[in-house]
Amino acid sequence: MAFAAPVRGHYRSELEGLRQAGLFKEERYIRSPQGADITVEFPSGAPPREVINLCANNYLGLSSHADVVRAAHEGLDCRGYGLSSVRFICGTQDLHRALEARLTAFLGTEDTLLFPSCLDANAGLFEAILGEPDVILADRLVHASIVDGMRLCKAQQDTYKHSDMAHLEEKLAEHRDKRFRLIVTDGVFSMDGDVAKLDEIVALAARYDAMVCVDDSHATGFMGRTGRGTHELKGVMGQVDLITTTLGKALGGASGGCVSGRRELVELCRQRARPYLFSNTVAPVIVAGALKVLDLLCQSTERRDRLEENARYWRRLLTEAGFDLKPGESPIVPVMLYHAKLAQDVARDLFAEGVYVVGFFFPVVPKGQARIRTQLSAAHERHHLDRAIEAFVKVGRRYDILGKSKQEIVARYGP
Amino acid sequence: MDDLEQVIRAYVAKEYLEEGDDRTIDDHTPLISGGIVDSFSMVSLKRFLERRYGIEIPDAEATPDAFDTVSRIAALVTRLRARSTAAPAS
Repeated sequence: MAFAAPVRGHYRSELEGLRQAGLFKEERYIRSPQGADITVEFPSGAPPREVINLCANNYLGLSSHADVVRAAHEGLDCRGYGLSSVRFICGTQDLHRALEARLTAFLGTEDTLLFPSCLDANAGLFEAILGEPDVILADRLVHASIVDGMRLCKAQQDTYKHSDMAHLEEKLAEHRDKRFRLIVTDGVFSMDGDVAKLDEIVALAARYDAMVCVDDSHATGFMGRTGRGTHELKGVMGQVDLITTTLGKALGGASGGCVSGRRELVELCRQRARPYLFSNTVAPVIVAGALKVLDLLCQSTERRDRLEENARYWRRLLTEAGFDLKPGESPIVPVMLYHAKLAQDVARDLFAEGVYVVGFFFPVVPKGQARIRTQLSAAHERHHLDRAIEAFVKVGRRYDILGKSKQEIVARYGP
Repeated sequence: MDDLEQVIRAYVAKEYLEEGDDRTIDDHTPLISGGIVDSFSMVSLKRFLERRYGIEIPDAEATPDAFDTVSRIAALVTRLRARSTAAPAS
């Protein structure tokens, strides 16, 4: 028997080690659709209770929107449940082509290719378009899926200090001898909520003959005046060579992702990207829902406007209450706690107060940088945020973290 | 011949410390386990060492453990330089 007692014992020890270190993650069981208020069973077997959700990527509140759900039903009725195929065999419907065309128009690019997720898009992109003579220059805080995708690629790799344009320029100069240079960054950084200096990156790319790739998963649908993303916000639409993004956050929240950008690069992904070649096509129900989401976004900016206002209000409430926040302009508002167990304890206590958030700690964020990442939604109304801040203040007082600096919190709770 | 540890310390400080970070990097400062360098950004250090010292660091030896302090990195570089010097000419 392969999984004998000593082997099982080894893995049990490893899991116990995570518990002892305060790094063990517990799932909560949601017994309602996603929204500003959700019903949660936690721990398993506990009576379900309604709580305010401040940790979803449901930025535009479309995850359970009636029109999106109705469109998804129509997709099921018209195009079935699954295709039982990868795209290039018999997994491409007219719906997929339509969604790719709509995304191309929405993002202002030349072509788009769907993937089962943005993680898959990032996993497949670099290997499909770059080789040993090339170099990828990545911001040090890019998403984990970009790190993994880079590791799958034979191109050389280098990194630059987070959002440090002087350091990026040094790297571009250092790598002038490579065939192609590709700068890759998140548009909005998922853990800190800050925005890439995409205008400066594009300018440097032009000067040093480099391509630019942006993972805009935490931006598509709401950053920029009409929600096109970070490139719209920074005034560089049409100047970014590649955008990867997800349908699993603001754009409905089901699943699916894409690569969008220069026609030849997207086509190479269609020909070579392994997740495209070897993973099942996006289900028709999801494609139909996403098409409706894009309809809604193109009709009005009301949702992204409301999201922007909610983020501004929530940040002001937390700041006035004395929490240590990462500065930013996106609807990702990290409340810094630094110590992993403190982050877990605060999250647990907030749940008891009716607010659902999750503590983030190593390896999701660097050691000593634990936090509660709050995320706003257009579905939040003022009463949600007013109720939530009451809970935050109550718990913050309990742990004596209000008005405290990082040094003071670390001195009390540890790094 | 340059002071290997000094070169590595200087590079790590310049490459990984943010402006205003006044931490001192000595030969035994934990770099990876101390959160100064992570396994992703370690690639910059690896390529610097390879180019500066004309060595190739096999992936199997470019581990977080081997890169955790300046002294361990220096030991790795010394070993690989000796290996490449000892290799017979083809």
